[in-house]
Amino acid sequence: MIVLHGRKVVGGSAQGEALVTSQTISGWGGIDPKTGTIIELRHELRGKSFKDKILVFPGAKGSSGWSAFFHMARLNGAAPRGFVFNKMSTKIALGLVVTHAPAVTDFDRDPLKVIETGDWVEIDADQGIVKVTKQAERLLK
Amino acid sequence: MNLTDTEKMMLEGREGLAVQKAMELLVRYGDALGAERLVDTNNVCGAVTAPTPEKMEMAKIEGLERALNAGFSEMNLDSDVVIEVPRVKVYTCQLIQRFGPDTAGLHDGSRELLDLQEDSDKFFGARGVHIMATCTPYQVGNVPVKGEHCAWMESSAVVYCNSVLGARTNTEGRESTGAASLTGKIPYWGYHLKENRFGTHLVEVEVPTDSMMDWGLLGYYVGEIIQDDIPVLRGLLSQPDLAKLKHFGAAAASSGGIEMYHIPGVTPEAPSIESAFGTRKPVQTLRYGKQERRIAYANLNSSARDRNIDFVMLGCPHDSIEQVWQTARLLDGKRLHSGTELWIRTPRALRELADRSGYTKIVEDAGGHILSDSCPAISRLMPGGTKVVATDSAKQAHYLPAITGVQTWFGSLEDCVEAAVTGKWSGGLD
Repeated sequence: MIVLHGRKVVGGSAQGEALVTSQTISGWGGIDPKTGTIIELRHELRGKSFKDKILVFPGAKGSSGWSAFFHMARLNGAAPRGFVFNKMSTKIALGLVVTHAPAVTDFDRDPLKVIETGDWVEIDADQGIVKVTKQAERLLK
Repeated sequence: MNLTDTEKMMLEGREGLAVQKAMELLVRYGDALGAERLVDTNNVCGAVTAPTPEKMEMAKIEGLERALNAGFSEMNLDSDVVIEVPRVKVYTCQLIQRFGPDTAGLHDGSRELLDLQEDSDKFFGARGVHIMATCTPYQVGNVPVKGEHCAWMESSAVVYCNSVLGARTNTEGRESTGAASLTGKIPYWGYHLKENRFGTHLVEVEVPTDSMMDWGLLGYYVGEIIQDDIPVLRGLLSQPDLAKLKHFGAAAASSGGIEMYHIPGVTPEAPSIESAFGTRKPVQTLRYGKQERRIAYANLNSSARDRNIDFVMLGCPHDSIEQVWQTARLLDGKRLHSGTELWIRTPRALRELADRSGYTKIVEDAGGHILSDSCPAISRLMPGGTKVVATDSAKQAHYLPAITGVQTWFGSLEDCVEAAVTGKWSGGLD
């Protein structure tokens, strides 16, 4: 198991399977808030849904509708269970606050280099701790 | 966060439940950012009026007021308790919203939703929200002065506010602008601080950049590479104007998240290249030449295959009156192709100017329409049966295919008007 240390953005704890992208994500015009699916045309996650996943990504981009669209995803039951990300911005901070899901940033190592899609991620946001169980380890168990 | 005594009183509910909920959200948001305090603002641009099918259903059952109060509580304050929306405390403007009843028959949108937009305008207007109904508040009188602390949404307006006007705002959202309108407060973080406003990347422009299309392509390329850092542009740039910088910023805030840029000698915080970078050194120098321009053009046209054009969409961000005139001039005496529709979108206050100056008549005589308040990407409304769109907007070409599934061609205004008249796309890069 790998343990990352960071800073709480939104408190609470959550665990789930990681969905990882090295590309920033748009809210309005980038996701479908009914299903949690990425819709941006040239995005590497296009067609994939973050519903019930731990979303691991560099940060937010695009429209100021970022928070409203993740907010709506929560109301529709399509939001991620938690967030792990690198770059703070007002879009992402407000978006995660209104999504009410645990979120951590400012890590001692780059989560994008450690976590891969399919790994199991446990977030204890109040302590700023993210535990990662690699997919291979999970299979062995 | 450190709160002043006044802010603490708001948080304790001394100014009522709505203000209390607003302050609770600002504290959660400020803590998430790592902000140390809030800053006073008397210039808020947000989004409160947009009706949704959910609000409409609720309005039918529980009444309009209850639905609008509930919608504001959830989407503009993140409050699960329904509050009654009070009058706003500070200068607050409504940004782009949905189309109203004046557009009935031009698309297949529900009449009930169009009417609900009008009801919603009245409800929030009565509470002191100026219904500017545009993505370009700076075109219709909200022109903040250099150094003014603002709380604006709308990525294309935010980048214009910071870069061209020298006022200070982060990219706010529906919830934070709702809270700011009731408190006159916003987290003091990011672009509110002088030291965060210096350039990070130098962009050497090596291909002549002059036309509206040139500025859109440059913005789209720079945004994709630089993401949300601060580019400083120099090189073969002609003197831009409002419309060109409006297009440039909107493009850069779509492919990436640019909230501020400098053009030494043009933008107010960069009298020189040294002042643009201030205490920072460029972390990277990019060159933008013919090849990079081609890449931006190809990316913007990546959704398009069919050259038969159903719909020509102009005015994203909303057109200036000069842009409306440029289009009218190209359409004068012509007729649109029988299978092709054309919409120009401009703020309603500028539409009044277009009517008065005779431009609306020219456009309508050719078979086109001038609309206000919204856009196809926001409203998800287009002329019925639209499959292929042409636009002169890099922002709309970026978002429209993703949101609505239509193919979208991007090109110059001349390419777009040609397509409207012939029904065929023949645009290209010189």
